Amino acid sequence: MSLTRIYGLFLRHFYLITRSFPRILDLVYWPTIQITLWGFISNFFATHTTYYNNAVGVILTCAILYDFLFRTSIGFNMLFLEEIWSRNFTNLFIAPMKIGEILTSLVITALIRSLIGLVPAVLLTSPLFGISILELGIFLFFLFLSLYIFGITLGILVSSGLLRFGPSFENIAWSTMFLLAPFGCIYYPIETLPEVFQKIAYILPLVYIFEEARNILINQTVDIENIYNAFIWNALYFTLSIILFYYSFNAAKNRGTLINMGE
Amino acid sequence: MKNLIEVKNIKKNYGKKEAVKGISFNVQENEIIGLLGPNGSGKTTTIGMLLGLLKPTSGQIFIDNLKLENHRIEILEIINFISPYIELPKKLTVKQNLNVYAKLYKVQNIEERIEYLSEKLRIKELLDSITGELSSGQKNRVSLAKALINEPRVLLLDEPTASLDPEVGDFVRTFLEEYKKEKKISVLLASHNMSEVTRLCKSVLMMKNGEIIDQGKPDDLITKHGRKNLEEVFLKLSRSKNEFN
Repeated sequence: MSLTRIYGLFLRHFYLITRSFPRILDLVYWPTIQITLWGFISNFFATHTTYYNNAVGVILTCAILYDFLFRTSIGFNMLFLEEIWSRNFTNLFIAPMKIGEILTSLVITALIRSLIGLVPAVLLTSPLFGISILELGIFLFFLFLSLYIFGITLGILVSSGLLRFGPSFENIAWSTMFLLAPFGCIYYPIETLPEVFQKIAYILPLVYIFEEARNILINQTVDIENIYNAFIWNALYFTLSIILFYYSFNAAKNRGTLINMGE
Repeated sequence: MKNLIEVKNIKKNYGKKEAVKGISFNVQENEIIGLLGPNGSGKTTTIGMLLGLLKPTSGQIFIDNLKLENHRIEILEIINFISPYIELPKKLTVKQNLNVYAKLYKVQNIEERIEYLSEKLRIKELLDSITGELSSGQKNRVSLAKALINEPRVLLLDEPTASLDPEVGDFVRTFLEEYKKEKKISVLLASHNMSEVTRLCKSVLMMKNGEIIDQGKPDDLITKHGRKNLEEVFLKLSRSKNEFN
């Protein structure tokens, strides 16, 4: 692995973001709107239901966590799509970069993109709604890490699809998170889902992450098993996504997708 | 002279369709070889295989004596490519783009290299311009600078002067001639501009339907086929039914 090459590809996206005020605004705008909206909904539920009345901000905290996941996944896809849209894809794949270097660079860049959007939104929650996500304590780090890994995993899976099927796979890139959101039990306990859906939910790391966030905020206790389960499923899906990416790269070399991508 | 590109009986099939049907050729050091053929003859597929973007169905490719299949990264370090069908990120400045690619190719003394190329290619005054806002002639020279950023020993050119006005086209051709002479690089040039091929190439490969149907020095081909120029040879071969096999 070459740090210079990883930094080089990071620099390409860093230049792109920092050169454009609308891009920075776009990164900050949606998370802020999302969090503000959920902040008011959260306030309403906190004063009108017994389930949430001892844990103001449960919904808002979950909204912030979900937004981080969403931004990470979409951010990764955007970095990949950006190369296709700018017809730079071939230039990138004829540069002497290993697949691992490309992925590492995109993973780091996606994190920075997500944080640019998330930090201002999180800072807003305290003065606006009197809520701090830091109430989750040290476990907040593990929840964020778990969401980050799953977001990147989804990004790699979608990028594999783009490599394998070409730009026509772009629409899938935008819809993945919406497909998984109902099974993630982001805003409701898993018991809310029908039994069949619960079985699907249990094989996703999301349900353990959001169940644990609610558990910490509502019951003021920590269930390490939830965090452990989330990491186990994440490790499995992440490994599968890497294997699939390599497979798709080789398939693209057989089918000629890499040379036709920008045309 | 050393062969920098060695292509041995490569084939590329897409399902039942044979895009390239077992072609072989060499390109020596300090040599420009033309790759000619009508659209769909297999030129781009051949270049794609040389760049490692396409996996040959069979056959072998060696660049600087290294087998492409086993040494992809080492080979990509000494090779580069320019085509009007690929572009550099439009929103970045010219200097940012060159800086990014210099890092991807692990170029030492990046500033010096950019300075040298911008001087040679007359893009010094464009370094702080947004790449997407340049004219096609300026973009072409910037793409050429990117293609030379790693001091490649092998350069693959796909229509390098397409859509350029005669003055810029001539500048690029003169530059390529001088650069090849100075650095002793190997160049494979795919082009539909026959006067360009006649001027630059020591030898040409004529492709049609995935096969090399004829090859030789431009003047020899003109004499052999009893035509006035290479364009007429091209038309004759393109319209023929492979009787030159």
